[in-house]
Amino acid sequence: MNDIRSYFGPGHGACPGCGFPIAVKITLETLEGKAFVVNSTGCLEIVSSMYGRNVWAVPYIHSLFENAGAVAGGIDAALKALGRKNEGHVVVFAGDGATADIGIGTLSGMFDRNHDVLYICYDNEAYQNTGNQQSGLTPPGASTTTTPVGDLLPGKMGRKKDMIGIAVAHGIPYVASASIAFPNDLRRKVKRAIEFEGAKYLHVHAPCVTGWGIDGKLTVEVARLAVETGLYPLVEYENGRLVRVMKLKKRKPVEEYLKIQRRFRHLFKHPLGEKIIKELQQIADENVKRYGLEDEG
Amino acid sequence: MGKVKIYLGASSPAKTSEMKTGDWGTEWAKVDEDKCIACGRCITFCPEPCIEYVEKNDKKVARVDTDYCKGCWICFTVCPVDAIKMETKEIYKLEVC
Amino acid sequence: MRKVVRGFYAIAYAVKLSKPNVICAYPITPQTEIVENLAEMYANGELENCEYITAESEFGAASVVLGASATGARTFTATSSQGLLLMTEVLYNAAGMRLPIVLAIANRAVSAPLSIWNDHQDSISVRDAGIIQIYVENNQEAHDMIPFAFKVAENKNVLLPFMVCVDGFKLTHAYEAVDLLNQEDVDNFLPPYNPVVSLRIDKPVAMGCYAPPPTYMEFRVALEYAMERAKKVIEDESKEWYEITGRDWGAHIKAEYCEDAEVAVIAMGSIVGMIRDVVEEMRKEGMKVGLLKIRTYRPFPAEEIRKALTNVNKVIVIERSLSIGSEPPVTLDVKSALFGHSSQEIHSVVLGLGGRDVPRTQIIKIIKEVYEGKVKPGKRYEGLKEFEEVIP
Ligand SMILES: Cc1ncc(C[n+]2csc(CCOP(=O)(O)OP(=O)(O)O)c2C)c(N)n1
Ligand code: SF4
Ligand code: SF4
Ligand SMILES: [Mg+2]
Repeated sequence: MNDIRSYFGPGHGACPGCGFPIAVKITLETLEGKAFVVNSTGCLEIVSSMYGRNVWAVPYIHSLFENAGAVAGGIDAALKALGRKNEGHVVVFAGDGATADIGIGTLSGMFDRNHDVLYICYDNEAYQNTGNQQSGLTPPGASTTTTPVGDLLPGKMGRKKDMIGIAVAHGIPYVASASIAFPNDLRRKVKRAIEFEGAKYLHVHAPCVTGWGIDGKLTVEVARLAVETGLYPLVEYENGRLVRVMKLKKRKPVEEYLKIQRRFRHLFKHPLGEKIIKELQQIADENVKRYGLEDEG
Repeated sequence: MGKVKIYLGASSPAKTSEMKTGDWGTEWAKVDEDKCIACGRCITFCPEPCIEYVEKNDKKVARVDTDYCKGCWICFTVCPVDAIKMETKEIYKLEVC
Repeated sequence: MRKVVRGFYAIAYAVKLSKPNVICAYPITPQTEIVENLAEMYANGELENCEYITAESEFGAASVVLGASATGARTFTATSSQGLLLMTEVLYNAAGMRLPIVLAIANRAVSAPLSIWNDHQDSISVRDAGIIQIYVENNQEAHDMIPFAFKVAENKNVLLPFMVCVDGFKLTHAYEAVDLLNQEDVDNFLPPYNPVVSLRIDKPVAMGCYAPPPTYMEFRVALEYAMERAKKVIEDESKEWYEITGRDWGAHIKAEYCEDAEVAVIAMGSIVGMIRDVVEEMRKEGMKVGLLKIRTYRPFPAEEIRKALTNVNKVIVIERSLSIGSEPPVTLDVKSALFGHSSQEIHSVVLGLGGRDVPRTQIIKIIKEVYEGKVKPGKRYEGLKEFEEVIP
């Protein structure tokens, strides 16, 4: 018996205050439940699809950690071959690890074949399901269990992969970033995305309370600060052209974002902390320039 | 005991009612219905989701389903009129002596 | 229609007649020509209601057919060797999700060292995944087994992936006269795929749920039961196949001259043809030898083998792969089938790895030695050169 009240939950097991359920819920509402959901192994999958305790009221498939792009492509192909294209949209929800690291091959293949799929990466900036190990999308300076802070090292070294750039380079029709702190923007982007036939990529920033060391109270605030500092630019590409960005009226220094998260706290004490903070500020500054986030003059 | 049913292809219908999460936290959210302006922000942001509109004296107000509220405080932080309070559940109201 | 065709065409043509909805594969020698042939048919518009997808890897190809199969499509993929190993994680997953994907395997050795030539190490390595495996001896059988595989895999009592294992080059690239099936016969045998469970908006289900300890074990044992049930389905469908085509491949095994044999040779795949010739020749010379061809390696036909070997004293198992650190795979299964029932001498003969030639004289020698009691039972290698390992 299906006794669910919305397309996703309630009843899932995400930590109190987790960010990604907000993105999932908003996406499915926007699509009015007309979605074939493909989910990679990770937090979202584990908290929502335990056998007998499934909280998805839309068709849902989880296969492996690293093949969501290909599975979605297969669904798209099947819907075409069976003449069922009008039933709904194929939507992937995959973590940052599944997307940028282990599954980037199948993602690239799906983009390359331009399957009619909306691929949403919920970016909680580490392998959270397995206990906060670094991923290619963990930002510099973040402390994770595989990039711990030590006398020598100040957490993760190296940058976040530019998934937006990677997606745009595939020549797919629609690429955008969004954040759970801006639900109207997310809603609009989902709506816009499905107007395009072919592969769509949406990268959604979604805080993890345990991995980032924040209180549920701060989930939305932290996500908003990521945008307002310029660390997480909200941008939108259509057919390879940058068409819209979320302008920053009064940009905040990155410290405001960093200081309220446990994963960055050491940066204010560690000998290399200052250098990393500078690097992060530089990334934000670059984003502002690259995407024109601030109005000149 | 009856036979365990396993769905072919590891599929199962949605089963919210068997996974109540309202006992997770020590607090839950409560909406002050007089203050509530039905802007929907808490409904948008609640990750469970477990806030819905109800009709109360011809007025639309938000109501929290305590069967599922995990007490994360997100609704509290996004409400523009401070209509949400976090209440400690009865069993956690210990007397400290 | 009898035509001289190459193995890969016989397979591709049978796939076309089976009316798949989604085909996805990645090229690897010697499987490549199978998918090239299908691509050509697709390009010419010969595949109706079908999407032909070129994947970025075998891992991707298996995942594409997994997603398509879960959506209710009839799906086909093909691979070999490294490609099959790369697919492995997906194949275990597909079996667990009970998706009736059909695969053609052009059997090839695995690396290292790299070899494009034939043995059975690739498909044997995924024997535990929950996939039905059939080994064919010629291209007619390969051709026939494609629609057969779909029929069995899609049976509601089975619902498992099905692998048709065809010796790379030896069969895939060999010219052979094949009675090509016609569309009507295939349509009569194989109804359109009607999935019991699939992804659909009007009846949402979750596939690939994770199972905690209180449910996991039942799912895995259910796979085992499905494989058991597949046995009967394979028998029934083999009979129907015979009625439609007049070709009797046997079901799980094909035992020849075993009733009164002193020595029986067990083998799988294309080598069976040569062994049959040798056995028949020896029979003419008055030697009591028999042949037992294993068709379905999974489900393993333990009982059938036991029965067929009732009167046999010595058994030779021809092995085309290894289970490094233990006895060769087929030998292990044969021994466990016989254990506690009879006590034949078992000779496990490993040969022809990585395409090493197996001359007819070698087969004759192997049988004669055992027949005349010149060798002790156990494992040995034939055609192996003396070697020593040296540091470069
Ligand atoms: C092939 C494979 N390697 C490793 C794992 C273990 N594993 C499961 S989920 C996961 C991390 C998931 O990270 P991400 O995609 O970012 O999702 P999140 O859990 O953070 O939401 C890992 C490492 C796995 N399931 N499969
Ligand atoms: S560990 Fe992080 S990402 Fe996972 S459910 Fe908890 S808060 Fe969400
Ligand atoms: S406290 Fe959290 S779970 Fe409870 S109603 Fe508010 S947002 Fe929802
Ligand atoms: Mg993650």
